[in-house]
Amino acid sequence: MDLSPIWLTLKLAGITTAMLIVIGVPFAWWLSRGKTFFKIIIEAIITMPLVLPPSVLGFYLLLAFSPQHGIGKWLHDSFDVQFVFSFQGLVLASVIYSMPFMVGPVKSALQQLPASLAEASYTLGKSPWQTFKSVLLPNIKPSLLTAIVLTFAHTLGEFGVVLMIGGNIPGVTRVASIAVYDSVEKMDYASANNYSLILFSITFVLVISVFVFNKYQAKSPLG
Amino acid sequence: MISINIEKKLKAYQGQQVLKVNHQFAAGSVTKIYGPSGSGKTTFLKVIAGLTIPEKGRIVAAGTTWFDAGTKINIPTQQRNIGFVFQQYALFPNMTVRQHLEYATTDELWVKRLLVLGKLDTLETHKPEYLSGGQQQRLAILRALATKPKLLLMDEPFSALDPKMKTELIAGLKIVLKQLGTTTIIVSHNPQELDGWAADELVFE
Repeated sequence: MDLSPIWLTLKLAGITTAMLIVIGVPFAWWLSRGKTFFKIIIEAIITMPLVLPPSVLGFYLLLAFSPQHGIGKWLHDSFDVQFVFSFQGLVLASVIYSMPFMVGPVKSALQQLPASLAEASYTLGKSPWQTFKSVLLPNIKPSLLTAIVLTFAHTLGEFGVVLMIGGNIPGVTRVASIAVYDSVEKMDYASANNYSLILFSITFVLVISVFVFNKYQAKSPLG
Repeated sequence: MISINIEKKLKAYQGQQVLKVNHQFAAGSVTKIYGPSGSGKTTFLKVIAGLTIPEKGRIVAAGTTWFDAGTKINIPTQQRNIGFVFQQYALFPNMTVRQHLEYATTDELWVKRLLVLGKLDTLETHKPEYLSGGQQQRLAILRALATKPKLLLMDEPFSALDPKMKTELIAGLKIVLKQLGTTTIIVSHNPQELDGWAADELVFE
């Protein structure tokens, strides 16, 4: 069996999750601080991938990054970067597609912390950023872990977006979910079964570990 | 001296109430504030701390304008050098007793002295969830003192302490606050507990 789709999938999910920790967590923090109409619009936009058919998202990305025109052409001509049918395209699409899984739980966890925690830190002379790092973030660890694992698992399972923007190029964009589809099309049920079983096992273990971790997490006095 | 003259709308179930305070607090003085629930005592402390913004008025501390609604001056909380004891303590669940103090100051001797003052020196590696209510409250007070504030704002700071512990802690606080020259404002439901200490008082209606 060709294991490259599995490695590619894990690599994609790993890079996507890492990027979303860097981008998504501070973003969630920004969203959690006060509500303006502008923030509501931004939040709605990043939540869209949850409800939009993945093929629609993939279609728009395909249009936007097509090297023939617009942004895609500019990126291609100026930086020689191509997002369509390439691994970096998959990363970009996955970051957008999995964003709500990182931002959502982290944002609600931050909002559920009592306002007085941050206020107490401010009275000690600490800036909002220091407060975020030393007080807020450490106190939402279970939610943060859940968000990280769900983001990873969700990226493992994406199909529609990947197919639209990445296609099915072995070793470049053929991730495990595409390999299952491809194998079935070729009537190669044995390979389809193997890929499916591996994906199923990884995701199952991930979800179980989140439940176990959150169950044994010491209860904080905040409830 | 801290001079405060502010107006702040209070959110209430029935209609709207406006908190109006015009008062001068002498440097190093201890003032108790009391009055019925919902009369704006906590809000008043938060206004002084810069955690809530009043609609009108001015706050001037030792010649520095902290807040002026007219000229839109509003010095951030971080720069006001205050200590704040929250009614619900607002302790950090991720930090031990010692870490609470070290988060606020790098002065090791001061940390040690505070731990002894609050009788928490034997519990310094405990996190808040493993402290009793009274111990949590003492930690909240120690943390507020850690930055050696020029102004200490305390919201019901002794409500969870037994009478003996309260008397001892107040005796210790008197000495420390005098040394630091800290102006102190204490909100209390039980103003008699501060008799003989708080020379000044402010009644909210």
